Amino acid sequence: MDDFYRDFILDHYRNPRNFGHLPEPDAVAEDRNPLCGDEMRVEIAVDESGNVSDIRFSGKGCAISQASASMLLEQARGKSLEHLLALGKESVLENVGIDISPTRMKCAMLGLSVLKSAALAGLAKAESE
Amino acid sequence: MSRTASALVAGERDVRADFPILGERTSRGKRLVYLDSAATSQKPTVVIDAIERYYREYNANIHRGVYEIAARATDAFEEARAKVARFLNAAESAEIIWTRNATEAINLVAWSWGGANLHEGDVILVSELEHHSNLVPWQLLAERSGSRLRFIPVNDRGELQLDTLDALLEGCKLVAIAHVSNTLGTILPIAEVVARAHAAGAIVLVDGAQAAPHMPVDVRALDADFYVLSAHKMLGPTGIGVLYGKRALLDAMPPFLSGGDMIRSVSYERSTFNELPWKFEAGTSNIADAIAFGSAIDYLEGYGMENIRAHERALLAYAFEGLGALEERGLAIYGPHDPERSSGVISMNFADIHAHDLASILDTEGICIRAGHHCTMPLMGRLDLAATARASFYLYNDRSDVDALITGLEKAAAIFRLS
Ligand SMILES: Cc1ncc(COP(=O)(O)O)c(C=O)c1O
Repeated sequence: MDDFYRDFILDHYRNPRNFGHLPEPDAVAEDRNPLCGDEMRVEIAVDESGNVSDIRFSGKGCAISQASASMLLEQARGKSLEHLLALGKESVLENVGIDISPTRMKCAMLGLSVLKSAALAGLAKAESE
Repeated sequence: MSRTASALVAGERDVRADFPILGERTSRGKRLVYLDSAATSQKPTVVIDAIERYYREYNANIHRGVYEIAARATDAFEEARAKVARFLNAAESAEIIWTRNATEAINLVAWSWGGANLHEGDVILVSELEHHSNLVPWQLLAERSGSRLRFIPVNDRGELQLDTLDALLEGCKLVAIAHVSNTLGTILPIAEVVARAHAAGAIVLVDGAQAAPHMPVDVRALDADFYVLSAHKMLGPTGIGVLYGKRALLDAMPPFLSGGDMIRSVSYERSTFNELPWKFEAGTSNIADAIAFGSAIDYLEGYGMENIRAHERALLAYAFEGLGALEERGLAIYGPHDPERSSGVISMNFADIHAHDLASILDTEGICIRAGHHCTMPLMGRLDLAATARASFYLYNDRSDVDALITGLEKAAAIFRLS
């Protein structure tokens, strides 16, 4: 576990990319990890063709949850909502590059789960329009 | 200093030798440095053996069999109750009710006493630092009864602020308050709260889950009306806890759970109820664990609660001193920060390292601490904290554990490139 905290992880933790809020998001989702109280919010803006044109996340959490979310969101830009919905655990684990202990897996997956909830909300909204 | 020189020793014995788990190694081959006794304590061999002996030698249901092993089981079960009564200095064993844990004991009072005595407009007073177990049952009781919750404030160090207590006590029927904070270690001035509550006509339930394991408790000197505890935090097994209540209150209370064991006679239409304490013990009890808890109490008394408190106080002073060197690197310690006014709990954050990351790094060194909100989410909000890392001590900890903690924190600082 101690080899998790490599330079690029700490960099994403201390300087998270796409951190903050969008003025007019098309889809928003929030969740918290009840074990540790970590919370995360993801906001997505979608262009005419249904792809992510802009994205932000916000919240508080450990290096694992924050860095995982920061790296994942960088890859979400330009992707379709369907593509985001189909993302699996491997997408996070490949970014992180090492095994995560089972007790911390929830932290690592928090960003993924909120991102997918936001994508789902975006698709539901597109359907109803 | 060497381990034995600082360890709590009774005669020539090393306490740690009594706890088999402390001889275990982690998967990385590290010595187990157990600093999470506020969550649950480790168990000495005498307690583990007591459970096994019951099941191997005299397993039988209690209060009904006429044969020898049933009598032996009943005697052991009731003797454990008598030990708890002595330990807390209750007036009689009948004032000791077995429950599953402190949480169930609080719920018993909320449903039974609360259901009968709390009405529209009444006030329930709790403190701002309560464990969810001593908050949520009162929230639900307030909803059921139409009564209101009020809160005794704490300051930024987690110390109770009593200047407004008399005003808060107006219209109050019940005060529910922790003896020691599980998050910060603060020892609360229970005797004063009880005296002022009684003067205002309220009764007091004391949540002793974090106090009874670590210091002498005398329920009569405190004049507490109810006092609750969990055996698993004081060297006993999980699944057994205690409600102490003054006889006059318990006698007047309706039953909580109902069924076998708690009755005197039953017809198809109605029943009359057993006397104390069995009136509140419906169904077959957790016999093995109650008996083993009695062994835990014998063990604690073998060292003496004064000595255990003194040991933890000294360890806390040693820890504060050692941790002080890390403060300039961003270590923040919450709570009173004073061994005289804290039990063996240290709640902290280290620079911008999240408590969970800290706990993960310490784990790689075999060091067990707790990270999170410690079941006190409102207190964390009050102190404006998302999470803390909590190290907590017990009689089997010594200076080598504190030294390991400090070394572990230094390692975390290096991993996170703290200057
Ligand atoms: C102060 C306090 N009260 C109540 C409890 C609840 O104890 P249990 O879960 O054993 O019922 C705890 C346990 O963490 C505690 O620390």
